[in-house]
Amino acid sequence: MPTLNDILIMLPEFYLVAAACLLLLLDAFMKPEQRPVLHWLSIAVLLVGAYLLVMGQPPQSVTAFGGMFVRDETSEILKVFALLTTVLVMVYARPYLIDRKLLIGEFYTLMIFAVIGIMLLVSAGNLVIVYLGLELLSLSSYALVALNRDAKLPSEAAIKYFVLGALASGMLLYGMSMVYGASGMGGTPSLDLAQLHNVMSYTTAPTLLLFGLIFMIVGIGFKLGAAPFHMWIPDVYQGAPTPVTTFIASGSKLAAFGMAYRLLDAGMGDLSHHWQLMLAVLAVLSLAIGNLVAIVQTNLKRMLAYSTISHMGYLLLGLSAAGPEGYAAAMFYAICYALMGVAAFGVMLALSRAGFECEEIADFKGLNQRSPWMAFLMLLAMFSLAGVPPLFGFWAKVLVLEAAIHADMLWLAIVGIVFAIVGLYYYLYVIKVMYFDKPAEGSTLQVQSDKPLRVVLSLNALSLLVLGLYWGPLLGWCRRAFGL
Amino acid sequence: MFNHLLSLLIWLPVAGAIPVLLAGAPRPNLARWLSLLVAVLTFVVSLFLLVQYHPDAGGMQLTESYLWIASWGVHYSLAADGISVALILMTTFVGILVIAGAWEVIQDKPHQYMAAMLMLEGLLIGVFCATDALLFYALFEAILIPMFILIGIWGGPRRVYATLKFFIYTFFGSVFMLIALLYLYQKAHTFDLATLAALPLTMKEQTWVFFAFLIAFAIKVPMVPVHTWLPDAHVEAPTGGSVVLAAVMLKVGTYGMLRFILPIVPDAGAHFAWLIILLSLIAIVYIGYVALVQEDMKKLVAYSSVAHMGFVTLGIFIAFALVREQGSTDMALLGMQGAMIQMISHGFVSGAMFTCIGVLYDRLHTRQIKDYGGVINVMPWFGFFYVLFAMANCGLPGTSGFVGEFMVILASFAANPWIALFAAFTLIIGAAYTLWLVKRVLWGDITNSHVAEMKEINGRETFVLVSFAAAVLALGIWPQPLVHLMDSSVSQLVQQLAIHKI
Repeated sequence: MPTLNDILIMLPEFYLVAAACLLLLLDAFMKPEQRPVLHWLSIAVLLVGAYLLVMGQPPQSVTAFGGMFVRDETSEILKVFALLTTVLVMVYARPYLIDRKLLIGEFYTLMIFAVIGIMLLVSAGNLVIVYLGLELLSLSSYALVALNRDAKLPSEAAIKYFVLGALASGMLLYGMSMVYGASGMGGTPSLDLAQLHNVMSYTTAPTLLLFGLIFMIVGIGFKLGAAPFHMWIPDVYQGAPTPVTTFIASGSKLAAFGMAYRLLDAGMGDLSHHWQLMLAVLAVLSLAIGNLVAIVQTNLKRMLAYSTISHMGYLLLGLSAAGPEGYAAAMFYAICYALMGVAAFGVMLALSRAGFECEEIADFKGLNQRSPWMAFLMLLAMFSLAGVPPLFGFWAKVLVLEAAIHADMLWLAIVGIVFAIVGLYYYLYVIKVMYFDKPAEGSTLQVQSDKPLRVVLSLNALSLLVLGLYWGPLLGWCRRAFGL
Repeated sequence: MFNHLLSLLIWLPVAGAIPVLLAGAPRPNLARWLSLLVAVLTFVVSLFLLVQYHPDAGGMQLTESYLWIASWGVHYSLAADGISVALILMTTFVGILVIAGAWEVIQDKPHQYMAAMLMLEGLLIGVFCATDALLFYALFEAILIPMFILIGIWGGPRRVYATLKFFIYTFFGSVFMLIALLYLYQKAHTFDLATLAALPLTMKEQTWVFFAFLIAFAIKVPMVPVHTWLPDAHVEAPTGGSVVLAAVMLKVGTYGMLRFILPIVPDAGAHFAWLIILLSLIAIVYIGYVALVQEDMKKLVAYSSVAHMGFVTLGIFIAFALVREQGSTDMALLGMQGAMIQMISHGFVSGAMFTCIGVLYDRLHTRQIKDYGGVINVMPWFGFFYVLFAMANCGLPGTSGFVGEFMVILASFAANPWIALFAAFTLIIGAAYTLWLVKRVLWGDITNSHVAEMKEINGRETFVLVSFAAAVLALGIWPQPLVHLMDSSVSQLVQQLAIHKI
C-alpha cells in the first residue's frame, strides 16, 4: 500500500500530473481568444513544480513505493534544470507559435507530460519505471514534433522519429528482459535497479547478461543520439517546429543522461569494465560523425543537430569514466549543453517570424549590422558550444576530459580534444556569417518584439558567460550529488 | 587599490569596454574618447607597478589569490615578477597607441573596434600575471576571441580566410597544452604553477608534456615551421590588430615558455634545446631571406617578426645549453636577459613598423612596395620616423633592437661559435631587407602620381610615432632600468634551469 510518505516524496510529480490534466480540461472549455492565458499558466505550473522540488528536497536520498522511485540529489538537479529549460523553451516559443497559429493547449500539456516523463526517468529505481518514463517522454515528443500536422516536413520527421524510437524502445525492453532473466538465475528475479547487482549472476549467465547490457546500451545510445544510433537526430531537428527542437535538444538530453546513469551505474555497475569500452566506442563515433558532418551543413538546425551528436560524444566521455568523477562531469556537461542549446535555438526563434523560418545559416548574414545584441548573444552561444574559454562550454569540456584522463583513458581525451578543433570550424563559420558578411540583398531580418523573449534570452545567453566565469558552485552541486 | 593592482589592471579595460560598447554606433566620438580614457587610465595604473614592485627582492610579488573553484582547487591567483611587469607596461603603453592610431581610420562600427581592443588588452595583461595554470590557459585562449573579431570585421579582402586560419591554428596548438595540464593535475592535484614546478616527473612524462607545451607556444611565437598563420593574419588585420599581434600577442608564446617549459619540464627542455636552437636559427636565417623577397610591406615586416622572435627563443634555450652543458651561469644569464630585452624591444619596433605601414596604407590603400617610391619628398617627417624604426628593426646600435640581439649573440658564442655565426647573419639579412624596403618606399623619384598627393602625418599620427620613437631610443640608449627591473627575475629563472627533476 502506498503510504502518505510515498506520496509526499513524489509530490512534485503528482502535482504536475494533476496540473497538466487541469490545463487540458481548461483548454477544452476555454474560448479561443482566451487561449493565450494557457501560456502563462503553464509557465507558472512548471515554476511551482520547481519550487516544490527545491523546497521539499529531503536531506538525503529516499525511495518511495518500495524502491520504484528514487529521490536523490542527482534526480533533483536534473529535474530542476529540466523544468527550468522547459520554461525557457515556452517563453521563447510564444511569438513563434502565435505567428504560426500553433498556440494551442496541446503544445503546453504535451510539454508538461514530457517533463513528467523526464522526472520519472531520472528518478527511476526500477526497470519498469525507466521504461514508463521513457515512453511518456517519447510519445509526448513524437506528438510535439507533429504539432504542425498540415506541414509535410514535420509529419515526415514525426513518423521517422516514431518508427526509430519505437525500435529503440523495443531494443531497450528486450535488453531489460534479458537482464531480468539473468537476475533470476542467481536467486529471486528482480526488476529493482538497486537489487539487481545482488541477484545478478555474472558467473552463471554471462552471455545473457552481456547481451542484455548491449541491448540496453542501444536504447540509451538512441535516446542520447549517439552515433551510430543518431540517424533520427538531423531529420527530427530540422523537421520539428523550432520550439520542439529546442526542447528535444535540452530537457531530453538531461533525461537521457539520467537514464544512462540509472541503468548503467545503479543497475549494471558491476559490469562497468564491459560498458566502459562500449561507451568509449560510441563516444569516438559520435565525436567523429557529429563534427565532420556538421561542417558541410547549410541549415543551422541541421548543423546543430550534428553538433548535438558530437556533444553527446563528450557527455559519453564522462560517463565512460564510470566513476563519481565522471558522472559529475557528464551531468555538468548535460546541464551545460541544455543551456547552450536553448540559447542557440532561442536566437533562431527570436529571428523567425510569420512566413519566415530563420534556420538557414545564410539567414544570419550581417546580423551584427541589423541587431548587434542578438548577434552577440549568438556569439556567446557559439563560442560556448565550441568550447572556447571563458565561456561555460569550455569548462564542461575540461571536466569530461579530466574525467577521462582520471579513468586512465588518455587516448579518449586526446580523441575528444582533436575533434574539438574540428568542431571549432563550423561554430566559427556561424560567427563569420553574422559578423563578417554584409546583409544579403533584400533581407529583412527582424527581431521579435516580444519583451519576455528578449529579456529571458539575454539572461540565458549571458548566463553562459557568467557561469563560465564562476562555475564552482554548480560543479560543487554536481559533485555532491555523486558523493564527492 | 594596491592590494589588487593586477586585478584592477585586468578588469579595468575589460569592464571599460562595456560603456564603450553601450556608447554605441550613434555616438562614435563618445566611444572613441571613452576608450582612450580607459586606455590612458590603465596605463597610469600600470605605472604604479613600478612603485609597488621591488626589483631587488625578485620573485613573485603583488600576489593575489582567491579560491575560484573549490572542488578542483583552482585559484584565481595573480602575481608579477620583473618580466611580467615589463610586459604589462609594454601592453598598456601599446594599448593607448593602438586606440589613438585607430581614431578616424576605423569608420565602420568604431565602438565595437575599440571595445574589442580594450578587452584584448585586459586579457593580455591577465596572461602576463596569471600564476594558476588553468587561469592562464583560459586567458590564453580567450584572447583569440577579440582578435578573431578584429581581423574578421576590419581586416583586408582575405580577412575571413586569415582570421579562421589564425583562430583554428592557434586553438589547435593550445588544446594539447590543456591535455598536458590535466595530466599534471592528476599528479599534483593543483594547477598552481609553483607547485607544478616542484612536481617530480620522469623523463618520458617530461618529454610528452614538453612537446604538448611546445606546440602551444611555438605556434603562438611563432616558430618555424608553424609560423604560416602569421603572415596571413598580419596582412589582413587592421593596423591596430597587427600592432597588438606583433607587439604583445607573440610575446605570450615566449612568456609561456618561461612560465611552463622552464620550470615544469626542465630536463626535457634541456634535452631538446638543440631542436629549439636549430628552429630558431632557421627562423633567423631562412625567414630573413623569405622577408627579403616579399612585395607586400606588411608581409615583409611579419616575416621579420618571425626572424626577430627567433632571437628570443634562441636566447632562452641557449641558456639551457649553457647551464646544463657548460655550467656557465653568467653567460646563460646574458642570453636570457638578451631574450627578455629582445621581447620588449621587438614589441616597440614591430608595433612602430606596422603603424608606419598603416599610415601609408591609409593614404594610398595599397601595401605593395612597388606602388610607393619617393615618399620622403612629400612626407619628410614621416620619412624621419620610418628610417628610425627601420634602423631599430635591423639592430643599429643606439636603438633598442641592438641590445637584445647583441646579448643573445654573445651568449651563443659562448655556447658554440657556429650558432653565433648563424645568429649574426641577421645583422646582414635584417639590414638587407629593411634598408631595401626603405629604399624602395622612401627614396627615389615619385613614380606614382598618387604618391605626390600624399599628405604629411597629422598631429595624432605624430603623437603615436613619437611615442614609439621615444620608447625605441630610450631602450637603446639606456637599457639599464629595464635590465634592472628584470634582473633578479631572470637570474632566478636561470637558477631554475640547473635543477634536475628526475
